[in-house]
Amino acid sequence: MHNLNPNEPSGPLENRWEKHLFGLALIAPQNRKKYNIIVIGTGLAGASLCATLGEAGYNVKSFCYNDSPRRAHSIAAQGGINASKNYQNDGDSTWRLFYDTIKGGDFRARESNVYRLAQLSCNIIDQAVSQGVPFAREYSGYLANRSFGGTQVSRTFYARGQTGQQLLLGAYSAMSKEISSGRVKHQSRSEMLELIIVKDRARGIVVRDLVSGEISAHIADCVVMCTGGYSNAYYLSTNAKGCNTSATWRAYKKGAYFANPSFTQIHPTCVPPTGDNQSKLTLMSESLRNDGRIWAPKNIKDCNKDPNNINEEDRDYFLERMYPAFANLVPRDIASRALKGICDEGRGVGSKVNNQRLGVYLDFSSVIEKIGLEKVKEKYGNLFDMYKSITGENPYQVPMKIYPAPHYTMGGLWVDYNLMTTINGLFATGEANFSDHGANRLGASALMQGLADGYFIAPQTVANYLARSQFEEIDDNHPEVVASLESVKARIGKLMNAPKPKHSPDYFHQKLGRILWSACGMSREKQALKAAMKDISELESEFWQSIKVTGSESDFNQTLEKAGRVADFIELGYLMCRDAIDREESCGAHARLEFLAESGDAKRDDENYSHVAAWEFQDGTPVLHKEHLHFEFIKPSVRDYK
Amino acid sequence: MNFILHIWRQQNAESLGDFVTYQVDNIDGDTSFLEMLDQLNEQLIEKGEDCVVFDYDCREGICGTCSLVINGHPHGEKNATATCQLYMRDYANQNELWIEPWRASSFPVIKDLAVDRDAFDRIIQAGGFISVSTGSAPEANSQLVSKDNADNAFDAATCIGCGACVAVCPNASASLFVAAKINHFHQLPQGRVESKNRAKRMINQMEVEGFGSCSNHRHCEVVCPQEISVSNITLMNSLL
Repeated sequence: MHNLNPNEPSGPLENRWEKHLFGLALIAPQNRKKYNIIVIGTGLAGASLCATLGEAGYNVKSFCYNDSPRRAHSIAAQGGINASKNYQNDGDSTWRLFYDTIKGGDFRARESNVYRLAQLSCNIIDQAVSQGVPFAREYSGYLANRSFGGTQVSRTFYARGQTGQQLLLGAYSAMSKEISSGRVKHQSRSEMLELIIVKDRARGIVVRDLVSGEISAHIADCVVMCTGGYSNAYYLSTNAKGCNTSATWRAYKKGAYFANPSFTQIHPTCVPPTGDNQSKLTLMSESLRNDGRIWAPKNIKDCNKDPNNINEEDRDYFLERMYPAFANLVPRDIASRALKGICDEGRGVGSKVNNQRLGVYLDFSSVIEKIGLEKVKEKYGNLFDMYKSITGENPYQVPMKIYPAPHYTMGGLWVDYNLMTTINGLFATGEANFSDHGANRLGASALMQGLADGYFIAPQTVANYLARSQFEEIDDNHPEVVASLESVKARIGKLMNAPKPKHSPDYFHQKLGRILWSACGMSREKQALKAAMKDISELESEFWQSIKVTGSESDFNQTLEKAGRVADFIELGYLMCRDAIDREESCGAHARLEFLAESGDAKRDDENYSHVAAWEFQDGTPVLHKEHLHFEFIKPSVRDYK
Repeated sequence: MNFILHIWRQQNAESLGDFVTYQVDNIDGDTSFLEMLDQLNEQLIEKGEDCVVFDYDCREGICGTCSLVINGHPHGEKNATATCQLYMRDYANQNELWIEPWRASSFPVIKDLAVDRDAFDRIIQAGGFISVSTGSAPEANSQLVSKDNADNAFDAATCIGCGACVAVCPNASASLFVAAKINHFHQLPQGRVESKNRAKRMINQMEVEGFGSCSNHRHCEVVCPQEISVSNITLMNSLL
């Protein structure tokens, strides 16, 4: 085990990024076209990076698995994006956004990175507005803000319930401008299946064309992964069906460290599951918690009653009762655990799945009474419509039902202050890296991080890497390239020709999901995690024995795509449990039952666990390395939302 | 519920396709339309057959990937809804379903129910952007936008680029898609500077891609999952 060097600058926090920028090497405009950069993924992080690198004059090759860059899952983010503009004069500042993010992450993130994120937040809004992102505005013509997800200031910018979609369309249009300039060459319906490393440097990737099945190698001077998170390890999550860990997992298996894999966020406000054939869960924006009141029946006998017939005195507004100061706006992890607790007590509502009612009410009747139906429609109209189309129930008349679902993964590839992984020339941005959210992400921070990385940080640090490196010419005949191509083909061959083909990819994925949801979800415990690791190992052998993929590998084959992704999720699931066992404390979203206060709140152990756990793949087993976190400016405190 | 499904199967763009009939049984009303197809594909895997290819991703109506013509209606008969947001309870009275891909020569079938919509990306690349580079943006509140303009821009910007407007149009016109993008930017002062040029370039690209012209059938706004209005097309034409 060795200590990881995050390459942070030193000195006063507010000067660090500027100081660091000045120390970065530059490449003159006329020389930039000599460099080739591969970008994988075109969500907020990837699209914004492609646009910025293209504008600067580099040659960029980008890939995404979707049929268009505009469809990446960033599009589904509803609520908003934070920026410390302090337009509302409510005491916000860079420092406060920094503090809220560090505290929200339960003091498990790097101070320098988070401060930089807060500093860049304002530039992102400027950039997005200039691209034509139609943020909500006041009648005066000024930008509107709202308070969102556990903050006491109004710093969230939003575009009704489609903030992610509008920001991505902004980044996608900027990227499209660079595609037409010829500096960005983009390939849709393509999936990265291997990383090519030559002399300890990331020099390319192997890609499968999802339509023709063709396997090809792509060489460059460096590789940036903007491939999102891995919530789909749980099978049921709010992520798009195609979201996967394969790119980051290939990198891990080639030597990039995977940090805090067990830090996964379970979002409290999702539409509850209704049955066994459910393929995904849908998030209802957390902004609903601004005006909706969460409650469950006080008495189990009321759980199958029409909620409108349950008297006020028989309702338990449990978040307001448990956390009077923040009430319905407590951070996501706290809300999710409280909700699960109520359902585990048997006070859940809605249809029974596995003999348990999974849901509590989110009630808008008092706000409708207060500000009127029209105002509520204007604020939440599209979310209410979405709920109605999924459930067939009208939330203007009957309270919504919500239940937690996996939503975001704070863990990801370990990166230093330059967003570079432990492999030279391999960068990771956005949700694919672990960097800024510690053990729990605050609402409206994911969009901010993806865009800060893509527009402002990675373009500078990637240039610095290129300027300081010498690259030898390589082509498709290089032994490393040939070997990478061969290993991809061999793996596909194994997936297509299991010894005893019997079960579909979804069969294994659902099994893995159930194991992870119960052992490595909202609450974890040593024995259960150990048992889960054993179950996952068995599932892995069963998978390779009996995975059944029909059709051909030289064709558009969605079953084959799924099989490859599930194989990687199974291995990652094992590492998630391994990491969760190792962290003998509770922090943020990581709630170890052995380390909870009587109130149910997380009990951190700063003496022993104030570190990032970064796992290295060594001869088939994960080996732990630690990056110790130093808090020079903020004193870690108990995260008390009472 | 039990359903008889007539599904368009086509190996690739060059080959001829045809309907193949399948049956799925015991479908719950809360099952989504795409989950029903998932169940069919599970059956096909069990039988050792190649699965039906169909596009999907977010399954919450926002990414614009899903694209099915169901009983002759792009995204099914339900208004303001993408295919992934359809539930089988809506089909309680129809036990026979015809499922086809988008049909337009500019959207060639790739396989079965999936089509190639790259033409939309190329239209955006031709001018569907504001020409600003990263880092050169002024302070966000330095330019005010009236709430009406901001709301109109947003209404146009909600287009998810699914292509249902093309699939339903007798001319396979992409006018609604193109007009929505043009109007989105035209409503905003920072976008208006390039409006005329943008409109010219995008419309030109639309023709190059082989999409037809608008002849006011107005089917597009009826099938649009985001209810984009044809008044966008009026605005687009006024810019020419």
